Amino acid sequence: MSLSPTPSQTVGPFYGYALPFPDGENVAPAGHPEMITVHGVVHDGAGAPVPDALLEFWQPGVDGSRRGVAGSLRRDPVTGGFLGRNGLDFTGFGRVATDADGHYTLRTLPPVGVGYLSVTVFARGLMRQLHTRAYLREQTDIAADPLLSSLAPGRQATLLTTREQDKIHRFDIRLQEDGVHEETVFLEFP
Amino acid sequence: MPLTQADISAEISQAREAYLKAVAAGDPVRDHPARDYAPYRSSVLRHPKQPLVSVGDPEAVELSGPVFGVTDVTALDHDLTRQHVGEPHGERITVTGRVLDRAGRPVRGQLVEIWQANASGRYAHQRDDHAAPLDPNFTGVGRCLTNDDGEYQFVTIKPGAYPWRNHVNAWRPAHIHFSLFGTAFTQRLVTQMYFPGDPLLPYDPIVQSVTDDAARQRLVATYDHGLSRPEWSLGYRWDIVLDGPAATWIEEGR
Ligand SMILES: [Fe+3]
Repeated sequence: MSLSPTPSQTVGPFYGYALPFPDGENVAPAGHPEMITVHGVVHDGAGAPVPDALLEFWQPGVDGSRRGVAGSLRRDPVTGGFLGRNGLDFTGFGRVATDADGHYTLRTLPPVGVGYLSVTVFARGLMRQLHTRAYLREQTDIAADPLLSSLAPGRQATLLTTREQDKIHRFDIRLQEDGVHEETVFLEFP
Repeated sequence: MPLTQADISAEISQAREAYLKAVAAGDPVRDHPARDYAPYRSSVLRHPKQPLVSVGDPEAVELSGPVFGVTDVTALDHDLTRQHVGEPHGERITVTGRVLDRAGRPVRGQLVEIWQANASGRYAHQRDDHAAPLDPNFTGVGRCLTNDDGEYQFVTIKPGAYPWRNHVNAWRPAHIHFSLFGTAFTQRLVTQMYFPGDPLLPYDPIVQSVTDDAARQRLVATYDHGLSRPEWSLGYRWDIVLDGPAATWIEEGR
């Protein structure tokens, strides 16, 4: 049996009071000594920042498993509010909206078993999410990675983070080439 | 000259005819909207121009996904009419359906999130400046986990239509935004549910961005009188099928 899928529709401009949640960007347990920061700006085809993009991140568990752990958006059954993550479990899932400058910040642990964080991008004006990857440059063997090694150098660079300081990595996303910068490589999974 | 509905409607029918012609000539049916759908003006600078790069790696992390559990929802999250001291204005409805993968298997224990405007067509969002009243008893956010049959259910009120600035006299048909997770990150779906018989559907470039007639119809819920409750609420049914790579359909469901 093969059912026809329900079509995607844009996330629109008003998801902001519904989808982001406290600690959505804090995937690493608080105070974890190996915590890394990945941050950057989402740009459109005019080079302008996109202030209403929603990014989601997914990565394997600290043991490299792909099963995931619940508790990313832990709720408080007493008040109906948010408790935040429990500070111990690593759920592998992060969600962060860009701010008025198009900027996002994610705090997580380095991926285990692979060199990349999986990223999806939603935005007003975007009919269906885009998938991309943020490869941490220092733990990526470009020649050994089938995806990266298949890309021309300019395009390849769009998937690699830039190390700004120890444990601080920059990863900008360009939804469309703007005449100066390469468009980020977006992925599909057949 | 400001864009009129007639301009946008002409673009909508051109895009649909071009699609029908392409399918007649052998192109595949397109279930999802093209990302560069110009009648929706915000798409113009926000879609990639390069083709997507195909990742066939069976070990790709995207073939697994995050999980959610009972700690991620509270018992009241599915009832948007009970999140405040008083009752919201509007027509009380229930919306229910099953979440399936393309192999027809229920998607179990996964998070469904919704958000919507109130009965007057106003979002509880600071940037919504539509001159319609806010409802102190309605925020318009709900969550639930699918059960073992893949079912979700929400109690809410029917949202109102609202104006937007795509073109002069642009109005969104009544809709509920849905966000869904499957068992793989590639199955992630954000979409919108519409109501049957809404006269605004043909005019709306967001609905019409789905140029395939059968696919577009799948965005419209069915009124189900059997789901309506006497002296209480009207019932709508809307089943959702998550897309995803072929690899995820043949795995064991969980
Ligand atoms: Fe909306």
